[in-house]
Amino acid sequence: MSDIWWAILATAVGCYLLKAAGYFVPEAVLQRPRVTRVALLTPVALLAALTAVQVLGDGQGLVLDARAAGLAFAVGALLLRAPFLVVVVGAAIVAALLRLLAEGTAR
Amino acid sequence: MTDEHRSVRTKAWGVGVTVGTYGFGFGALAVANGFSVAQAIALSLLVFTGASQFALVGVVGAGGAASGAAAALALGSRNAFYGLRLAPLLDVRGWRRLAAAQLTIDESTAVAISQRTHRLARTGFWTTGIAVFICWNAATAAGALAADQISDPKVIGLDAAVGAAFLALLWPQLTTTTTRAVAAGATVLALALTPVLPAGIPVLAAAAVALVVAWPGPHGAPTSSATPGARHE
Repeated sequence: MSDIWWAILATAVGCYLLKAAGYFVPEAVLQRPRVTRVALLTPVALLAALTAVQVLGDGQGLVLDARAAGLAFAVGALLLRAPFLVVVVGAAIVAALLRLLAEGTAR
Repeated sequence: MTDEHRSVRTKAWGVGVTVGTYGFGFGALAVANGFSVAQAIALSLLVFTGASQFALVGVVGAGGAASGAAAALALGSRNAFYGLRLAPLLDVRGWRRLAAAQLTIDESTAVAISQRTHRLARTGFWTTGIAVFICWNAATAAGALAADQISDPKVIGLDAAVGAAFLALLWPQLTTTTTRAVAAGATVLALALTPVLPAGIPVLAAAAVALVVAWPGPHGAPTSSATPGARHE
């Protein structure tokens, strides 16, 4: 089995156990203030890091390319309270257009 | 069926269709990041929690299967807290409890805990959970099949869409000084570590920023256990 299938299986089992934990683990364990704070802030840190690496990462290097322009569009769209699909598709279109332009000028 | 139940059901399906649009994006991005159509569909059926699925395809796409799974689990941990809030409202036993666990996600929790009574909360939870499950999985398959027709996902900017999707998931959280500071710190740390650590590890290491900020302060005694949202009938 490939690495990807193993990762899917591990994620599926782990995520199900986490969902079930809320119904089976004693309340006192999950209601400690420190646990609550960690649970609130962990997704924030992970999503911010994922955004940064996805947009600027290139293997082990960092590059500023069309993806950054896509993200700039996404920020603007989110500030205007645009729906998810507009944010995501708009970012893709901006990046694609920039690449098309760059190709045109290179010729 | 009362008017209130009907309105809860309408809301639930509205949420389901909206979330379906994320599902289409997820299916397309999974394939763009090197997952097969079958793998994209399996993820939505089995994992069924959006942010974790996006994290897995994002990090595995960059080359780290194990760290992708770890990031997905760290994001999935919030569902444990949803179950905690839902357990007294739903009052489920046996196999229904196992099914309820799989449907315990952002949307079903949000609809359930905003209801006036326990009965409406139960209707809200089950209808939203089932609506989102159907829409999310159908849309994932459609998105994955559509992206599978495209030879180079970069041409239509799908790689840029992944970053935008993460930001859109993060955005609603950036309402306090603390969350903004954590997001900024995590961004800087992940970028600083990218040149020196293997793919996926910088993202996990950035979670340390959350730990450092959340650790100080009271820790021992449980907070008040007032039942959130719904009241008894």
